Amino acid sequence: MSENSPITKASVDAVVSDALKLISEAKDLASLKSIRAAAVGDGSGIAALSSSLGKLPGDQKAEAGKLITAARTELNQAFSTAEEKFYKQEQAQKLASETVDVTAAASTQVLGARHPLSLLQDEIADVFVGMGWEIAEGPEVESEWFNFDALNFDADHPARAMQDTFFVEPVEAHLVLRTHTSPVQVRSMLERELPVYVLCPGRVFRTDELDATHTPVFHQVEGLAVDKGLTMADLKGTLEHFARIMFGPDAKIRLRPSFFPFTEPSAELDVWHPGAKGGPRWVEWGGCGMVNANVLRAAGIDPEVYSGFAFGMGIERTLMFRNDVKDMHDMVEADVRFSKQFGMVL
Amino acid sequence: MRVPLSWLNEYVELTAGSTAESVMAELVKVGLEEEGSHSFSLVGPIVVGQVLEFVEEEQSNGKTIRWCQVRVAPVGVKAADGGEDVRGIVCGARNFEVNDKVVVTLPGAVLPGDFKISARSTYGHVSDGMIASARELGISDDHDGILRLSTIGLDPEVGADALELLHLADEAAEVNVTPDRGYCFSIRGIAREFSHATGAKFTDPIDLVTPVKAEGFAVKISDASPIRGKVGSSKFVVRSASNVDAKAQTPAWMVSRLKLAGMRSISIVVDITNYVMLELGQPIHAYDQAKVAGGLVVRRANSGETLVTLDGQTRTLHAEDLVIADDSGAIGIAGVMGGQSTEVSATTNSVLIESANFDGVSIARSARRHKLPSEASKRFERGVDPKVAEYAAARVVQLLEEFAGAKADPLGSYFDETPAIPAVSLPASFAASITGVEYTQAEIVDTLTAIGCVVATVQDGFEVIPPSWRPDLNDKADLVEEIARITGYDRIPSRLPVAPPGRGLTKRQKLRRAVMQQLAGTGHVEVLNYPFLTAAQNSYFAGAEVARVVLANAMQEDVNELRLSMLPGLLDAAKRNLSRTLTDLAIFEVGLVFAPGKQVAVSLPSGVKLPTESELAALHESVPHQPLSLGAVFVGDRVSAQVGKKSVKASHLDAIQAARTAAHAVGVEIYLEQVVVQGYHPGRTAAIKVVGSDDFIGYAGELHPELAVENDLPRQVAVLEINLEVLFANSPELVQAQAVYTYPAATQDLSLVLKQNVPAGEVLDVLRVAAGELLEEITLVDDYRGTNLAEDEKSLTFALRFRASDRTLTQVEATEARDAAVAAANAKFGAVIRT
Repeated sequence: MSENSPITKASVDAVVSDALKLISEAKDLASLKSIRAAAVGDGSGIAALSSSLGKLPGDQKAEAGKLITAARTELNQAFSTAEEKFYKQEQAQKLASETVDVTAAASTQVLGARHPLSLLQDEIADVFVGMGWEIAEGPEVESEWFNFDALNFDADHPARAMQDTFFVEPVEAHLVLRTHTSPVQVRSMLERELPVYVLCPGRVFRTDELDATHTPVFHQVEGLAVDKGLTMADLKGTLEHFARIMFGPDAKIRLRPSFFPFTEPSAELDVWHPGAKGGPRWVEWGGCGMVNANVLRAAGIDPEVYSGFAFGMGIERTLMFRNDVKDMHDMVEADVRFSKQFGMVL
Repeated sequence: MRVPLSWLNEYVELTAGSTAESVMAELVKVGLEEEGSHSFSLVGPIVVGQVLEFVEEEQSNGKTIRWCQVRVAPVGVKAADGGEDVRGIVCGARNFEVNDKVVVTLPGAVLPGDFKISARSTYGHVSDGMIASARELGISDDHDGILRLSTIGLDPEVGADALELLHLADEAAEVNVTPDRGYCFSIRGIAREFSHATGAKFTDPIDLVTPVKAEGFAVKISDASPIRGKVGSSKFVVRSASNVDAKAQTPAWMVSRLKLAGMRSISIVVDITNYVMLELGQPIHAYDQAKVAGGLVVRRANSGETLVTLDGQTRTLHAEDLVIADDSGAIGIAGVMGGQSTEVSATTNSVLIESANFDGVSIARSARRHKLPSEASKRFERGVDPKVAEYAAARVVQLLEEFAGAKADPLGSYFDETPAIPAVSLPASFAASITGVEYTQAEIVDTLTAIGCVVATVQDGFEVIPPSWRPDLNDKADLVEEIARITGYDRIPSRLPVAPPGRGLTKRQKLRRAVMQQLAGTGHVEVLNYPFLTAAQNSYFAGAEVARVVLANAMQEDVNELRLSMLPGLLDAAKRNLSRTLTDLAIFEVGLVFAPGKQVAVSLPSGVKLPTESELAALHESVPHQPLSLGAVFVGDRVSAQVGKKSVKASHLDAIQAARTAAHAVGVEIYLEQVVVQGYHPGRTAAIKVVGSDDFIGYAGELHPELAVENDLPRQVAVLEINLEVLFANSPELVQAQAVYTYPAATQDLSLVLKQNVPAGEVLDVLRVAAGELLEEITLVDDYRGTNLAEDEKSLTFALRFRASDRTLTQVEATEARDAAVAAANAKFGAVIRT
């Protein structure tokens, strides 16, 4: 057994020490890589020692092997530590170089907007759909029969002149631009199975000049319920529920006697608007009443068996006092700034 | 209806301190909505003065003024403003004399229009007040000098309060009268309603006059063709008054009340007839008896008969017009307007008073036909209490005697064939079944009695005879409204009804919402436009031969068609936005467009009953087709310049993308075809079709630049219009899921050289079909023209992704599929692979 084994603690330590010195001199991941080749790759001191291991007599192998393994472990650890340090450094530099001014972010997608009058109709529809009602629609150019006669407007009734109606040529065709969405109620009663609970939103027309509070083209939403045993109490309850959803839990409603040909009794509807700008107050909101027996008859419904209630309000007017829109012009002039201030919500 | 408070107070007691506002607040409770208040807007001190002396002074401006000394308080008494009893006042008018009594507005007074009176220096004097004209006081339009009190028959004490003297401190409440309540077009009716609202005691004004059934004057009701079976006049009362001083002054209180009620003082006779009409609701016509030839006949006009009405217009009468005639022919349109030939004048001595009841429908038609809505026709249309005619006539005679020195003449006529008012049956529980309020029997009887009904209690209910002034009460529901109204709507409880389970929004409603939400979410702004267009606008995209829906009474004569297309309205909107320096626009609108229907005469079903099947079918058929349409317009930059980004001008790409977005929102895939159509750019317009059905749904592209410029828009405007009905019809009822294959894909890029005029869309379609089932996706990624290509050639580059459902695809298989595609493109378009 030879006494002059090249693998001694001293020789291994020397090799390790040399390698550690090289590692400590590394500047970045690239230099560390070349150092790794020099320090532990082929031709390195540790490699030379490793290769001599095989030539050792068997009884020395175990001892020498342990020394080599320990040395390699130490060196590997030193490399890992250095590598991690340099990796972190380089990442930090890269991220720093990637920094931009996020406050100057350009839009990658143009934003649009819904018109608040159409959003409000959707919102109201949702309230009633939630109650099991359905949404009914009809034509804007309408037969006079649906717009007037079926709604108990006698041909000579002064109420018929009360509405400033657009007529379509030839007048013998008896077509008008509907003056309210009530013809949809008539169509609903004719087309649907009883009981009927429908909401009719839509555009209507009257020959009013455009000013701050009038427009010849505007929107309404009307509701109609025909069922057995409905009373004005049901009308009131429905309107109260609707008002609370639209104007908050403190909203309430008030009915005042009025006249419409298609309802009897009839009422004007005021709503207590808790969020009104300038403080809570009563606001005129619409009209309502119990469906006139003649309207039921015109739709082939027996008024001795069924009763119904109906209500209607202007969408423009509702938007005006709900969202503090001050001038009708804003709603009809198609200025994109008006829609954009609402975006997708009311 | 305007209600002077002093007048109202004569028939129902107002509490002290009542104002127009407080009266309206009571009336609204019973359904008379407030419209506003009216007053003379005068604030004192305004007093009676006497001109003591004046000097005329010619001014440098050529005007002559009078420097007056005016006594405004009794000798030695302080004037109403605390100042001296004699004042120096400059007056521009010269229609008065020394000792005339006049109205002086002293410093501190305020006249209408917030005209504040103060002592002011003018024409070299300090004018310590102003002598007022009738117009300055708001009494009349008379401004020919100042108001001399002697001319209106007044000789008051100097220093007296002129507001009180002339009844100018009164005010009027104006309420809206709904068409069912004609009786409220009278002080009598309003006083009654005020009593219902407050419980204050009501005195019926007709109880204060004694009617006389005069005889001897010939009146004939001769209606040969009643309208709807109703004879034109059911009641006709004539009275006569002689020795009338037609030049007598109307008393100040009457002038004031008429003025507050919205009527001008004209002459004593006319004023009295108007006054009685306002008080009792009965229109009155006064004839100069000397000008009436023979007796009166109430008849329908002869066709072609003419009449000069009080307003000086010659009117050709219609055979349906009800007229009052004498031996000379028609002398008035009954209940609408009298004729000039028998008009009372300053020289009238005997007055014939007509107080009649005419059929509302007949009057309404005549008023509308001759465009003559009058105070009289307004009342007849809504119903006049037939009982009141003789009382009104008596009241006119009484006032003529009192204020025009007249003498009642025994000559007159009385015709009354007013039909009896039928009783209405009201079942006991009916009111509760409509209102949800359990009224007691006593409440029902008391309320109906209070409004003037005669109520008889019968088994299970009531037999109710409505009062003569309520022609609107003819059904049990009408009575319920009265019960609810008088007892208060606030008694009605609240209950939320439960609707049967609903089906939610319809498919069409959901799809419309989806399209609008999606477009708004992708940078388009929804706007709303009127559907009214000029014929020229409607011809932008449609030939002049395309029929349109035309309005008979458009608000602007030339804007009388309903839109065939959404685009002209959107172009107008774009123009308006541009004028407000909003230059970059992507706007859209969803709405109806209008195609005319048959445009044939339709006879409307009559009667309160369900129309027959065929009547309903005819009605439905008469209504024009009104499909839902989507329009969009793009102007300026679609993407604005930003940090790190260049601006991108809006183009046909944006219109096409919007079409894709809308289609995508409803689950429809579209493809494009290059087309040339009216109104669009001939080289930048695509017809949009649905993949699968090949349904045509609209066009996307750019507006014809000439049309853009004509509309004051920049040359490049992108436009889109889609028929949403057709689009929605292509939306799947149910999406059938496809398996998602997970074997690795093979990708290939393919560049083909083609003639430039070959549409890429068609090439893509051919490639897709020929590549077969393995092709998962193909996209066009480049269109190159230039170096290495012939002048008329282009190179299209496609990215293809292949995948098999059951195995990993080899490149060889992918290449085979690609080659098959190339072969097809070669066969169809002569395409070759670019090398």
